[in-house]
Amino acid sequence: MAYNCVVLIKQVPDTKRITGKAMNDDGTVNRSALPAIFNPEDLNALELALQIKDKFGGKITVITMGLPAAGAILRDSLFRGADEAILLTDAKCAASDTLATSYILSCAVKKIDYDIVLCGRQAIDGDTAQVGPQLAEKLGVPQITYVEELIELNDKTITARRNIGAGWQQVKAKLPVLLTVTADANEPRVAAAKKMMKYKNARTPIEVEQKIKLENAEAAEADIKKLAEHKCSELEKKGLLIKQWNLDFVGADLTWCGRNGSPTKVHRIQSVVLASKETKSIEPNDRGISDMIHELIEDKIIA
Amino acid sequence: MANFYKDNDDIQFLFRHIDLTKLAELAEEGFKFANEFDYAPTDAGEAIKNYEMVLDSLGQLSGDFIAPRAEDVDRQGNTLNADGTVTYAKGISESLEKLAKADVMGFTLPYRFGGLNFPNLVYSMAIEIVSRADAALMNIFGLQGIAETINAFASEEIKQQYLPDFAAGKVTGAMVLTEPDAGSDLQAVKVSGHDTGAEKPARVYQDAQGNWFIRGVKRFITNGCGDILLVLARSEPEISDGRGLSLYLVERGPWVKVRRLEEKLGIHGSPTCELFFNDAPAKLIGERQRGLITYVMSLMNGARIGIAAQSLGIAEAAFRVARDYAATRKQFGVVIEKLPAVRDMLIDMKIAVEAGRALLYETSCVVDQSISCEKRKELNPPTDKEQLKLLREQSRRLDRLASMLTPMSKYYCSEMSNRVAYDSIQVLGGSGYMRDYACERHARDARITTIYEGTSQLQVVAAVRGVCSGTAEKFLTELAGKEYDPQLKDLLGKLSAGMEQLKNAIIFVKANGNEYMDLCGKALVDIAIDLINGYLFCGQASAQVDMQLAGDSSSMKGRKVEIARRYITKNAPKIAALAELVKMGDKSTFTKYEAMIGPVPTE
Repeated sequence: MAYNCVVLIKQVPDTKRITGKAMNDDGTVNRSALPAIFNPEDLNALELALQIKDKFGGKITVITMGLPAAGAILRDSLFRGADEAILLTDAKCAASDTLATSYILSCAVKKIDYDIVLCGRQAIDGDTAQVGPQLAEKLGVPQITYVEELIELNDKTITARRNIGAGWQQVKAKLPVLLTVTADANEPRVAAAKKMMKYKNARTPIEVEQKIKLENAEAAEADIKKLAEHKCSELEKKGLLIKQWNLDFVGADLTWCGRNGSPTKVHRIQSVVLASKETKSIEPNDRGISDMIHELIEDKIIA
Repeated sequence: MANFYKDNDDIQFLFRHIDLTKLAELAEEGFKFANEFDYAPTDAGEAIKNYEMVLDSLGQLSGDFIAPRAEDVDRQGNTLNADGTVTYAKGISESLEKLAKADVMGFTLPYRFGGLNFPNLVYSMAIEIVSRADAALMNIFGLQGIAETINAFASEEIKQQYLPDFAAGKVTGAMVLTEPDAGSDLQAVKVSGHDTGAEKPARVYQDAQGNWFIRGVKRFITNGCGDILLVLARSEPEISDGRGLSLYLVERGPWVKVRRLEEKLGIHGSPTCELFFNDAPAKLIGERQRGLITYVMSLMNGARIGIAAQSLGIAEAAFRVARDYAATRKQFGVVIEKLPAVRDMLIDMKIAVEAGRALLYETSCVVDQSISCEKRKELNPPTDKEQLKLLREQSRRLDRLASMLTPMSKYYCSEMSNRVAYDSIQVLGGSGYMRDYACERHARDARITTIYEGTSQLQVVAAVRGVCSGTAEKFLTELAGKEYDPQLKDLLGKLSAGMEQLKNAIIFVKANGNEYMDLCGKALVDIAIDLINGYLFCGQASAQVDMQLAGDSSSMKGRKVEIARRYITKNAPKIAALAELVKMGDKSTFTKYEAMIGPVPTE
């Protein structure tokens, strides 16, 4: 039997390739200094969904909540084999913490017919690993977190092996289910040539509008809208229009969204400046830099 | 995180420098495919974007996935199972699965069979990138010429039955040519040697219904355990030369047994099989008697370009090992790349790699143009007589040029690869001789490249005809007539002096007969290649495009000026010496053979 999968993905700053000024003076991440990438473990979640599809069939829908620029990772998902991509974007999502984010995502996921929801274990920018579990609670489905291997999938149940730090647990759960997937689960496939050739021109409505604005700086708002609508319907005919949803469309209650819906209070931000006490020599090559960055991330000096 | 396309400035620069628009227009035949296939491009810009996206993705797969597995693949090798099947090294199986998922197993096949319809140039780049990661994997990834041969010559029915599976990466193939007594000399193929196991002569035969069957032994078959075998066999026992041979397609089944896996010096991940065909049902490809003289020759030309690209990938990998080591290893208080001898070696290695790349990419472009001309002549010839004549002339010219440049590329790149890989070991010194570093693997992998798909000596024989018949001169004159940056003027002078020396040497050789031409072949071909590469470097140094180098204020064009200068200046005296050597007319190789190496052994 076939299984419909929903994969939740996030565009994040590439904390492994820090160049220039990575941290603002206020201690927050300077996103403009870092390249934006597909959150690595979300790629593992997508790969697991693709393996399920390869074996059993079914449809894969990818959703990201984010800025219009996140269209890039939606296209990447289509390149790798996702069937449908949805950009959930709304200014009212801004400043959402994990609780608000999981609420908004739950509203979106509920609009889709699914058997399995897959998330990366955690995103490399926030490192909370909270959104997946919170989302499962809001959807009212069982969850298996830290999944490393899918052992069995049949009609009504799923069995998976999860990492519990000092060992593994084999867990069986009823469908529908939510999984959070770790980097050890698989090695994600690269983009498929024919899908890239086809979907490289896929765009979200907001990307279409932004491009038209850029090309017609003088044009009136109404004309831009008209041009954008025309272009979107053209793309839609070719199957190249990426869906775009907002909070209103998914029926989200605004009191649970954005800053209103985010009880997280930042206690203190520490802008760490290290005084030199001891030195360490780092090889002047990619490997050396990469090892150093890993160490800094592990020591929570940067996040 | 490694990407073997993105981290290679030279490939990216050439991608921009070479006129891909022309190649895309030829391959897409007026962009007519876009109406039928949703992934086919609508214009040249889109096609070029497609090429680059696919190279980028393949570069990532090669860097992140294939390369880290290469060492284990080399140690593990393949396993021959009791039932006559072969199990690939784990890394090879895993990489093949990823390559299939990446949709890159039908690079040049037409859209209608699920292929990408890319030019051969882009395929050459792809083979180079994959070979840098694992040279042995190339022997399966780079066998797409088998599907291409089916596409070019088989019946529509056979094409439809097999090509979609090739493009989807569901099947792999093998070209089954060599026999114990027929290696370089394929005209000696008997049908398949002698079936020593059953003591019966091997043969290809037809039953009463006209179905073909093959019985016999083939040896040294790369990926002989593949699913689809193209077998060269003698269908006309009464004709003993190449005209008696036909090409057949045999599907893997109980009727094909892998009797033995060879133990090789290198490319351990590539299974080299001895095959026994036990009355295997066979399908004739194309027409009888054209097996060797048309089909295998075409297959071989593609394969030679593939080996040139494989050689280039190995050389690139070997160079990088050496450079990384030389930049960090300290002796006598300095990193060793500060030492003159090491410096010099590294520069020569790098320039040799880029020269090989220049020649191979130029060759691939010519092949693409030649194929497209051939296609137009056959499928869509102009009705106007004058135009038809022009097209025929152009086709002949391109075909001749491709027939000279292909063996030149294979010869130059494979010899260069061996030099670079050996020098890479030398740069690492004692460490390089140990199995701890990849350069010893690269040297072992490189060693086969000057041998298979025609030895270097045979490539020279094939290329020297073009050098002596005027093809090289015409091509060099064409190259000399292009526009170059004024600062290269002195270099162009050196090249044209070299051309005069080549012309004189050719005149001398022609007056001394064919045997002498073969004797001097290497010298003449070496001169011609050095001159061609010299012009190609000047072309790169005068490119319309430029590229800033990462972490460096210099530009790619600036680099190429320096490379052209060194390459041409240092080769000029070598060219003069080679031409002198040819004109000495020394025939002691023929007349004093036994006097120098002793009488022919009697036992």
